[in-house]
Amino acid sequence: MTTAAASIPAGIALDKDARQQRRARIWATTLTLPLVAFIGVTFLAPLGSMLTRSVHDPLVADTVPATIEALRTWDGSTVPAPDAFAALAQELKAARQERTIGQLATRVNRVAGGMRSIITRTGRKLARVEPPAPAPGEEAPDQSDFWKNALLEAEDAWAEPTSWLAIQRAGERYTGRHYLHALDLDRDPAGDIVRREPMQRIYVALLVRTLLVSVGITGLCLLLGYPLAYFIAHAPLNRANLLLLLVLVPFWTSLLVRTTSWIVLLQSQGVLNDIMVALGILADENRLAMIYNMTGTFVAMTHVLLPFMVLPVYSVMRSIPASHMSAAASLGASFPRAFWRVYWPQTLPGVGAGALLVFILSIGYYITPALVGGRTGQLISNMIAYHMQSSLNWPLAAALGGILLACVAVLYLLYDRLVGVERMKLG
Amino acid sequence: MKPCAPVAAKALAAFALAALAVAAPNLAADDEDETQEAEERSLTVASWGGAYARASRAAVLDPFAAETGVTVQLTDYNGGLAEVRTQVQTGHVHWDLVDFDSEDLLLGCEEGLLVPFAVEELPPAADGTPAEQDYPPGHTTECGSAMLFFSFVVAYRSDSFPGEPPTRLADFFDLEAFPGRRGLERKPKVNLEMALMADGVAREDVYATLSTPAGMDRAFAKLDVIKPHIVWWQTGAQPPQLLADREVAMTTAPNGRIFNARFLEQQPFEVIWDGHVLNSGGFGIVAGTRNLDAARALVEYSARPEVMGRLSAYIAYSPTRFSSPTAPKHLATGTPMPEHLPTSPAHRATALAFDINWWADNGDELNERFLAWLAQ
Repeated sequence: MTTAAASIPAGIALDKDARQQRRARIWATTLTLPLVAFIGVTFLAPLGSMLTRSVHDPLVADTVPATIEALRTWDGSTVPAPDAFAALAQELKAARQERTIGQLATRVNRVAGGMRSIITRTGRKLARVEPPAPAPGEEAPDQSDFWKNALLEAEDAWAEPTSWLAIQRAGERYTGRHYLHALDLDRDPAGDIVRREPMQRIYVALLVRTLLVSVGITGLCLLLGYPLAYFIAHAPLNRANLLLLLVLVPFWTSLLVRTTSWIVLLQSQGVLNDIMVALGILADENRLAMIYNMTGTFVAMTHVLLPFMVLPVYSVMRSIPASHMSAAASLGASFPRAFWRVYWPQTLPGVGAGALLVFILSIGYYITPALVGGRTGQLISNMIAYHMQSSLNWPLAAALGGILLACVAVLYLLYDRLVGVERMKLG
Repeated sequence: MKPCAPVAAKALAAFALAALAVAAPNLAADDEDETQEAEERSLTVASWGGAYARASRAAVLDPFAAETGVTVQLTDYNGGLAEVRTQVQTGHVHWDLVDFDSEDLLLGCEEGLLVPFAVEELPPAADGTPAEQDYPPGHTTECGSAMLFFSFVVAYRSDSFPGEPPTRLADFFDLEAFPGRRGLERKPKVNLEMALMADGVAREDVYATLSTPAGMDRAFAKLDVIKPHIVWWQTGAQPPQLLADREVAMTTAPNGRIFNARFLEQQPFEVIWDGHVLNSGGFGIVAGTRNLDAARALVEYSARPEVMGRLSAYIAYSPTRFSSPTAPKHLATGTPMPEHLPTSPAHRATALAFDINWWADNGDELNERFLAWLAQ
């Protein structure tokens, strides 16, 4: 380069260099495009669509737009003006014809139970109702009162402001309703945020339980994984490889196989109980309930997630020179002291990585608790699955997922502040 | 950097080729007429599996194939609308028909997931009575009509209670007189009704009572009595298995599954018909099916009174049409059938008719309360 720079004017050489570098950068960026597109299509787009769903629910607003518009000036505590009746009656009639009334009814029913049948029954009855045709040559008279009577005749419920309130609430195009629901909150008729009935409060308790269980499982994984990683890292090479294989084989085994084998081991007629009964430790009628409860969730999840702790910790331990401990010993430190002051701090990046991995994985785990958690070992993810698959309340599932995502984000930031993400080492 | 360029270009080209390869089947999809024609001769029906699916194949689907040449592939599902909804919304409909329970048939229809099929389009009774007058009220929807009645009953192992056997629904909740674990479906429906009936609420007052907060508390309080002893089941095939394995002494179950275990497998099961909960089910055609004609033909075929009644020769479920004859005997074992059908006069007198509309209105709230109760 220096000889070239001597023979060519400096400006041109720099120019050429910069151009070459720019072209290289463009190529490098181009190469990442497929990956970026892949992440966008398979990760960001679904995530965004789900999160949008949790606050954006346009179905009701699109099905009965004129009603929502007519209710805009309504005070919320009296029976609305006749034009709201007219709008709703005609829109329900149209929705029935287009067969969208069922979806509308389901949405409103989630705001106030019982509205589904009121709406579908009204639709059925209105199908037979036609406003009187205006006499030829005359201008069409105002039909609001006709529709008001028709609606009131179809269902008494339309004389109640609460029915209208339910439609108005369900008709919010952008709403925080699902997040309120996911936090066991609701709005009373006056619009203030209140807690739900004690019997309807489930999600906050479940979220707290999920966080605690995740912390517990992370702790257990650390307790079991750290000594194991230490043992492997300091074993002779051929034995270390064998041990590592024993960690990796379960890691590569199907999750379902590992979970169901715990069922075989732990169930009341299972291997462990049988052995204890055979040895006389337990009476036959006192077999331990170790599965289909929280114990089952704990045991199976710890086992499933253990490799995620062992592997990063192990790889960090391998990179610590043995001379450090010898140096500490030669300076007079006992083994515990040397370990605590010299070895442990150096493994922290691996411990941090493992703990974060295990924690984040367990917070969203759902197959294992679903299989072995029974009645009391269910976590928030099982509730999300329930709303995705059974109740079909996707906005609520999305809101629960959003809250879970926020929890993870907060904990990640906390971790970054306390430990520093740049210190994390995956190997 | 130079040698990189051709490599990158090659990688890009490879990526483009791969993308094309992924897209190609879609491009070719337009001239798939031939495969489509082959598919016309075959329908995919989602059904409940096990004893019921075998009975429905023997009684309805195989004769239908013999008559029309359209074969039917059965695939198992476990109720609910989630799969249907996903298929309809994504446009990848691979179930042509689904064997729904009454509630899902109604909700699926209202949600627009099913093809409209009015009861008036179904074949009339043998004496010419139009179809719409041949069904009991409340068992037809705009997307299909119920084709069978089934009941949730309490079943028990006769050898679990060597003394006086249980006879009443209240005995299910009586752990002192009848000790042993209980099987219940992991859902609030049917359980809450049974809890109230066992607590002394008259059948005709069950839903009115459940509609009040006090009545709801009463139902959950009754379930609390047996809560620690409950084994929860989730699919219809489980309760007979739980009984057979002695995991439970008593369980709620669809009556047909118990009938088959009892008579085909000689299990020592008995049924308590006191306070059984009568429900119905039928085919719905999934909106967007590519085999609409064949699907409609199957619905029409299965609604013929004589076809509908045939199922009762294979499993203890009754036809819904008034004019439909029930089989006198179970075909495989010769067991006299009427006394095992949920709609026999004696059983009708002790039945609670499941209220689809009540559950459609209150299901969201109740499911949440039930799950909260369950986790406590």
